[in-house]
Amino acid sequence: MTDLMTYCSFCGKEEAGGDHAFCRQRLSLIDPPRYCSECARRMVVQVTPDGWAARCSRHGEITSAR
Amino acid sequence: MTAAPEQIDVLDEAREQVLERGVGLSEAQVLKVLELPEDRIPELLALAHEVRERWCGPEVEVEGIVSLKTGGCPEDCHFCSQSGQFPSPVRSAWLDIPGLVRAARQTRDTGATEFCIVAAVRGPDKRLLSQVRDGIKAIREDGNDIQIACSLGMLTQEQVDELVAMGVHRYNHNLETARSHFPQVVTTHSWEERWDTLKMIRDAGMEVCCGGIIGMGETLAQRAEFAVQLAELEPDEVPLNFLIPNPGTPYENYPVVEGAEALRTVGAFRLALPRTILRFAGGRELTFGDLGAKQGMLGGINAIIVGNYLTNLGRPAQQDLDMLEELSMPIKALSQTL
Repeated sequence: MTDLMTYCSFCGKEEAGGDHAFCRQRLSLIDPPRYCSECARRMVVQVTPDGWAARCSRHGEITSAR
Repeated sequence: MTAAPEQIDVLDEAREQVLERGVGLSEAQVLKVLELPEDRIPELLALAHEVRERWCGPEVEVEGIVSLKTGGCPEDCHFCSQSGQFPSPVRSAWLDIPGLVRAARQTRDTGATEFCIVAAVRGPDKRLLSQVRDGIKAIREDGNDIQIACSLGMLTQEQVDELVAMGVHRYNHNLETARSHFPQVVTTHSWEERWDTLKMIRDAGMEVCCGGIIGMGETLAQRAEFAVQLAELEPDEVPLNFLIPNPGTPYENYPVVEGAEALRTVGAFRLALPRTILRFAGGRELTFGDLGAKQGMLGGINAIIVGNYLTNLGRPAQQDLDMLEELSMPIKALSQTL
């Protein structure tokens, strides 16, 4: 799934051509996605004790359960 | 012959003063601990662990937290991704009542005794207090008897009284850093305003939860100052956070606190606060990793936030519960808190 991303869900910049090693590290450790990987819109994110849900106004919701 | 005062080792002093008599270290003593060389950290942590076992007992208090109202805060706390004054990617969100009930249930299912409801606000308005009241009622109707804490910013006396009436038993309001450093961290309100809220909470009979964040540019002397200012407050709980440099905040490029320095801080705070619940809170995943978390638990910490935080993620709760089992540390039961 990661390879298909158009935009980095940590920094919101284009995946292609950028160095997102730091972003991936943060996403793997302590951060939920903040930007929609399809359009780079900032998402509304709700973190709960055992998960998170992130909603893009254009592309809908993704959750940690997926 | 008695050694000159400057030749007395601070850990020897702490053994007699803190371990034997339960008297927390002074500011000058805490600073000496924070300046200990790295090869003495194991000795410090062992003493801090003894102090915590002697004055607090073997149990570990487990807590879960959730953000009821995320983002859009008018304050300018420079560490916070929820401030509306910085270009942070965190957008505003409200958790609905069913979501709050689920979060409380998830927390209870970990064996936690505490569930803290948090909102990113200067202070609560009527809408927020109404949401908290309805949320607590719904949590109880769900058959969940977990202890409920709140963190809703600065309060008026009337709001303190309302929270007491709702059954909130503990209130979190962090002083965040030393009084002398606070103006570098927050400019929209003062350290003293926070202190006033804390006094009202204490006077109303609620338990006081007050800690802060390490790694916001404070000097070691200011870190020692902060530990002693917390001790003066006599809080029931001190949550110890380590800065997470979040994008868009003024501190986004600050370095993560290095593990050895963080462990020294844990030990020093325990020696300043021998009887307080000292809780591992946000940032430990970046600062410590797995090994350091265990060292911290064996170095004076006796409480932990499990699962995720407010806007950042933590380790899965089960991973921390497994760690406590491996360390043979019993989890405080709800019956012990009532």
